[in-house]
Amino acid sequence: MTAPILNSASATLAVRVRKRFVSPESEFLLEVDFVALPGFTILFGPSGAGKTTLLDCVAGLALPTEGRIAIGNHVLFERNVHRNSRANHRESSQVNIPVAKRHVGYVLQDLALFPHFTVAQNAEYGIAHLPRTDRKQRAAAMLEEFRIGHLCSRLPGETSGGERQRAALARALVTDPCVLLLDEPLAALDAPTKGRILDDLRRWNQAHHIPILYVTHSREEVLALGDHVLVLENGRILAQGTPHQVLRAPLQETVAQLAGFENIFDAAVESIHEDRGTMICNLLAAEDGNFVPLETPLVRANIGAQMRVGIRAGDILLAIAAPAGLSARNVITGKLISLDRRDMMIAARVDCGVEMEVYLTLAARDALRLQVGQGVWLVIKTHSCHLMQK
Amino acid sequence: MSIDWQAFRLTLELAVVVSAILFAAGLPLAYWMAFSRWRWKFLVEALVSLPIVLPPTVLGFYVLVALGSRSPLGRWWQSFTGHTLAFTFSGLVIGSILYSLPFAVQPFAAAFSSVDHKFISASATLGASPFRTFVRVIVPLSKPGLITGVALAFAHTMGEFGVVLMVGGNIPGVTRTASIAIYDQVQAFNYAAANSMALLLLIFSFAVMVLVYGLNRNRSRQSPRSATMGPLQ
Repeated sequence: MTAPILNSASATLAVRVRKRFVSPESEFLLEVDFVALPGFTILFGPSGAGKTTLLDCVAGLALPTEGRIAIGNHVLFERNVHRNSRANHRESSQVNIPVAKRHVGYVLQDLALFPHFTVAQNAEYGIAHLPRTDRKQRAAAMLEEFRIGHLCSRLPGETSGGERQRAALARALVTDPCVLLLDEPLAALDAPTKGRILDDLRRWNQAHHIPILYVTHSREEVLALGDHVLVLENGRILAQGTPHQVLRAPLQETVAQLAGFENIFDAAVESIHEDRGTMICNLLAAEDGNFVPLETPLVRANIGAQMRVGIRAGDILLAIAAPAGLSARNVITGKLISLDRRDMMIAARVDCGVEMEVYLTLAARDALRLQVGQGVWLVIKTHSCHLMQK
Repeated sequence: MSIDWQAFRLTLELAVVVSAILFAAGLPLAYWMAFSRWRWKFLVEALVSLPIVLPPTVLGFYVLVALGSRSPLGRWWQSFTGHTLAFTFSGLVIGSILYSLPFAVQPFAAAFSSVDHKFISASATLGASPFRTFVRVIVPLSKPGLITGVALAFAHTMGEFGVVLMVGGNIPGVTRTASIAIYDQVQAFNYAAANSMALLLLIFSFAVMVLVYGLNRNRSRQSPRSATMGPLQ
């Protein structure tokens, strides 16, 4: 094992990867290009988007067809395929540092703690090149930092899910990696446990400043971790930015669905009011060519442009009498067509020309004595309407 | 009871030497068979498995020819030691190794390939060389398969007859093994002596199997994840 080349220096991770999979049933192309700064970079997307493959490429467990992966100016992988006039491939330069020499910390999806080693032996595995006492000390200190010092002589099978998670993080971090890759590390844990582990990880990284690629398909984790988000779907980056930019004002519809818009409608721009900073869009009803006008924020679009509008079910107010004196610009009448209980809330469907889903609390349902078939008013703020390109 | 202890001791010695050599040589061979992506690997696999289906006399015959003074190997050995390998204990060891090879290597290779690949990946990302991964991760997680392979090779060598007869003949103290002693006694209508030796082999073989299953059972109790397969597959 070699000494770390970039010993906890804050270097950025630059990834440009093209990887083609050809299986009998389908063909999949992963094609991404991004830079991860020290701190969390979240890879967000549905399963099958290529997130794990991307991590495998950075770790060296999967071989990209072409691209370049570098930490600072230390190149881990480089392969460029040139197509010359005779259309055959010639590789100009090639670097492919073996997995064991990349110095990348990787916590796999199911952790892969060695079942035949104790927690302490697991933590010492990656620093076997150090003298024995030094090794024991560093592993013990890291386990202490992740609050599992008392478990050091247990086998992984004798610890809880959260403790195993901490052990896997400690095992990866004790090697002083240049980059940390986390593949849905907290998917199986409850929210408080998750939060405490993330706090410890954040604290660790305040001292070390390495890029952390964090794969998740949970929207809550994206919002909680902050920093930078890459939205990956079908092997491509659809959007990137802060969680707020990516999740609050999505431009691509796939992102919107990921971001949890329960209501998505086809719409046409009816009029533009630059003085008020708004525009009117007509939501098109599926059946009869009727439409519901809606005041939305102003975006760059022409009158008549086809758009989509996304509205979260939790952003809509429901009233049983005509509301007055509201700042909200959209008050729509409709008829309650169903009330379904989902866990601790009610999903109401309202037919108001288009069908909208509205989330209510159980208390609200009881206080309003809602009945299927009754007439209701929906109140939607202008800024709760999210416009997307079609 | 007139047990031919000399034959029994010789058989034990042979089985210990053969299973030790098969353990040492079988590990790298099984590793290669489990992880190599060489396109002609199946040819090697077929060759290693051949002794399972080959009549022991056929294998024994060719080993005898190969060890004899007319073959290059036999001549080379003779120039070294002054005698041929045929009808010696060393010749017996060579024949037995070939004959028991699949019984050790196949369980080894099966155990190696059933080690979850995530552990191998994790080991590599933690900076371990393939050799270190093999010694520290793959071998420990394959322990039930390794115990099975060694035990099978051992038991198989204990009971071997055809190859021994072809390669070693029946020289007391040199090549007369327990099963040949039994055969001899039966030929001489000495059923009592044959029975005592046969009973001894039976009890011994049973004890070995009990030991193997017992070891593997305890292991699977300790860590259920490492014992995904039974002791014999």
